Amino acid sequence: MRYLPKSPAERQQMLAEIGAASIDSLFEVIPAEYRLARDLNVPRQQAESEIIDYFRAAGQKNATGYASFLGAGAYRHYRPVIIDSLVQRGEFLTSYTPYQAEITQGTLQAIFEFQTMIAELTGMDVANASMYDGSTGAAEAVMMAVRITGRHKAVVARTVHPEYREVMATYAKHQGLPSTLIGYDTETGRVDLAALEAAITEETAAVLVQSPNFFGIIEDIPAIAALAHAKGALLIVSIAEAVSLGVVRPPVEADIVSMEAQSFGVALSYGGPFCGVIACKEQYLRQMPGRLVGQTTDSTGFRGFVLTLSTREQHIRREKATSNICTNQALVALMATIFLTVYGKEGIRELAEHNLAKADYAAKALSAQSGVKLLFNGAPRFHEFVLSTVESPKLWSQRLLDEKIVGGVELGRWYPELGNATLWCATELITREQIDTAAKVLVEA
Amino acid sequence: MTTDATTPQIPTGPRTLGKVRPHQTQNEALVFEKSSPGKRAYKLPPLDVPAVDVAALLGATRRDQRAELPELSEIEIIRHFTRLSTWNYAIDLGMYPLGSCTMKYNPRVNEYVARIEGLAEAHPYRPDSLAQGILEVIDLLQRCLIEITGMDAITLQPAAGAHGEFTGILLVRAWHESQGNARKKILIPDSAHGTNPATAAICGYTVENLKSNAEGGIDLEALTRQVDEETAALMLTNPSTIGVFESQIHKIADILHAKGALLYMDGANMNALVGKARPGDFGVDVMHLNLHKTFSTPHGGGGPGSGPVACKAFLEPFLPTPVLVQNKDGAKHWNYDRPQSVGRVRAFYGNTGMFIRALAYILANGPDGLRQTTEDAVLNANYIRKKLEDDYELPYKTASMHEVVFSDKRQAALGVKTGDIAKRLIDYGFHPYTVSFPMIVHGALMIEPTESESLEELDLFIAAMRAIAREVEQTPELVKTAPHSTRVSRLDEVTAARKPVLRWRPAE
Repeated sequence: MRYLPKSPAERQQMLAEIGAASIDSLFEVIPAEYRLARDLNVPRQQAESEIIDYFRAAGQKNATGYASFLGAGAYRHYRPVIIDSLVQRGEFLTSYTPYQAEITQGTLQAIFEFQTMIAELTGMDVANASMYDGSTGAAEAVMMAVRITGRHKAVVARTVHPEYREVMATYAKHQGLPSTLIGYDTETGRVDLAALEAAITEETAAVLVQSPNFFGIIEDIPAIAALAHAKGALLIVSIAEAVSLGVVRPPVEADIVSMEAQSFGVALSYGGPFCGVIACKEQYLRQMPGRLVGQTTDSTGFRGFVLTLSTREQHIRREKATSNICTNQALVALMATIFLTVYGKEGIRELAEHNLAKADYAAKALSAQSGVKLLFNGAPRFHEFVLSTVESPKLWSQRLLDEKIVGGVELGRWYPELGNATLWCATELITREQIDTAAKVLVEA
Repeated sequence: MTTDATTPQIPTGPRTLGKVRPHQTQNEALVFEKSSPGKRAYKLPPLDVPAVDVAALLGATRRDQRAELPELSEIEIIRHFTRLSTWNYAIDLGMYPLGSCTMKYNPRVNEYVARIEGLAEAHPYRPDSLAQGILEVIDLLQRCLIEITGMDAITLQPAAGAHGEFTGILLVRAWHESQGNARKKILIPDSAHGTNPATAAICGYTVENLKSNAEGGIDLEALTRQVDEETAALMLTNPSTIGVFESQIHKIADILHAKGALLYMDGANMNALVGKARPGDFGVDVMHLNLHKTFSTPHGGGGPGSGPVACKAFLEPFLPTPVLVQNKDGAKHWNYDRPQSVGRVRAFYGNTGMFIRALAYILANGPDGLRQTTEDAVLNANYIRKKLEDDYELPYKTASMHEVVFSDKRQAALGVKTGDIAKRLIDYGFHPYTVSFPMIVHGALMIEPTESESLEELDLFIAAMRAIAREVEQTPELVKTAPHSTRVSRLDEVTAARKPVLRWRPAE
């Protein structure tokens, strides 16, 4: 087997030195009836060229070359080439969690830079080294708020990504953590502030909203924060589209921000690996889940970085830990760090403005067609918008597919009250021509 | 002092220690400190739609202050991250014997195929008709992992091992609930990973500690005493964290099942079993795998991982939604109609990019390669054990599988601890082993070589460990102040935790 660096003679030599009669004698500790006496029924050993052929065929079967208006928590942005050049350096790719700081300063400094960038973008004081993704990050943020406040109820906006809410429900189920769902204003698509105010009580640990929300609408964070804080609850803002922070005001009034950083240079890859991250106000640091990198000095006074505040974590605290998280998304966080370095202070704004412009054009072009209506036009949005069509999406989406265009995501499965509504996303990668074609095909000639 | 003909002596001489000869690394400031206004590393194409008035569109929700992100050119970014990378140790540079972490070779074809356009650019909500290729990849991986574990059903949704534990214990809980009683406690051996008790707590269970027996395994009498009608499951790592197979595994399962409790297996050490024994055959009800350990997906400095959960048929109805199903015509789609499901544990379907890599690894190995891999992993660990048992205390004499755990008893008597020996190993060109874990061994040195080490690298490691044992006797200060050859010496962790500096801030 080509990955195994031993000759048959070396194996024999090693067995002789161990004093073992055969390799099977090393497995005799396993009761005989449980030792597998046959080959595993998996495909035969394949040459590298065969492996590549297999996955290429799978890629082609998947279909390529489609223009896409899909967003809804997974966004297609341009990925600068140097991201993959750099993350494929073996020293990043094939190193472990940086517990041995003297020989992992590269990873540690890069994570410190990531934490800084996320804190800067979100307007929070500190950020952690990453979480699995935006959905689990949001759930962990709610549990963090429970620990901070000592309260055991959550108020969650229905405009939070439906799959994030499902994950939160799974996490909350066995923690005695009931949550109240808050609807949205049918004109603006924003959280219904009156319902929110009524739902927050002295027992509410946290209010969880998303901005831009699942409909692409930017929430009124200062107003929501005021309602939460008036009752002593914490505000958690979930951000599924990180590029929005280039032009959208950061949620500085929040206590905790849970972000999905996939938009920062991470491939869609059918939904993962992505890159969650939690940021918060400094006073809540000790309840933060996940790893943190801190700056310090070595014995000669030279600057260096270490994993720190690990008494929060499972390998020290076991069942009293802030979370059971161990492995995180370090290499994906490195992708995000490189992406943010490439775009930088000006580029992230310019990129976000291009997204805003494409979506504005697309929303107007598509909703100008007869039988198509733009919903939630009463509040600012980033690069997603909701269309309602007279015709069933099943019908027009097939016409779009025939033109190699994937239209918006059907919302009915999560919001039955919205009927034929679909959620569309236009990033910088969609072209005017594709938008114009989609507008033409959307309505039957 | 032990010497034998097959182990090379550590070459020493000017500037050389074992396989190490120092070379330059470059200093590199934080990326923010290198920034100058006006530098660019990007260029957007011209906007082909009308520009918008951001202030008019966003009003009060517009960002008025830019984030302090760095401004650099492309060459500076390449050098920045390349210089940082040279400060890391990696599997690509040498042996990385972290016990229970399975730091094996990460094949490059895995990286190549995960980046094939049709797979890497697939949106998770694309219609199933445009996703049949990736769904077939997922289906084949699921079938391979079910075969390897001997289980009946699987979910690939969990993002990492601890997330898999969470999912697995939720399955346990949901099943007990369906039987009318969720039960109250989870039994966890004192040798377990910290994620096990942390997971049980998150799932609403109390943790009851199970003391290991004199061989470091499960004490059947204690188990019989502690399992009762309120026990939901035992979380067992097998082979255990001392690298020992629980030879009484069938009795353990019987004791649990007799009281209606389930056997959860932490699959962290599955690299000792693939192709040789299947947990499904020896009584395990539910388990997780770590694709980033056993199945060669890269650790990447701490992640991403992937933690599939395999289970017996009676737990299948409770798997997270959605599950992959096949139509009569062979087309595949996701089924969301799962009334007994524990719910979702993650958005979308899991760390799909890791599925592609793990399947590439399985295909590259085939049944013969997978078996040979396991055999070599066990052979390597036993070879190290044999070669080091004269110099380091072996607290448990039970046969080792894929890893071996020594203690620092002899060295500690001279004032040198496992953590010091680990740091000194760095000077010899190796990543340290796992230090002070498992906790049932005082001053543990937990060594897992994996199958990826050649005889030459193993012998160099053994020679280094022996040389350090001599240093402990002759020049203990040299070991206690190690490492001596790294960019930074031991870092002040106490100050880092007392006065946390977790981000860069611009100078006032």
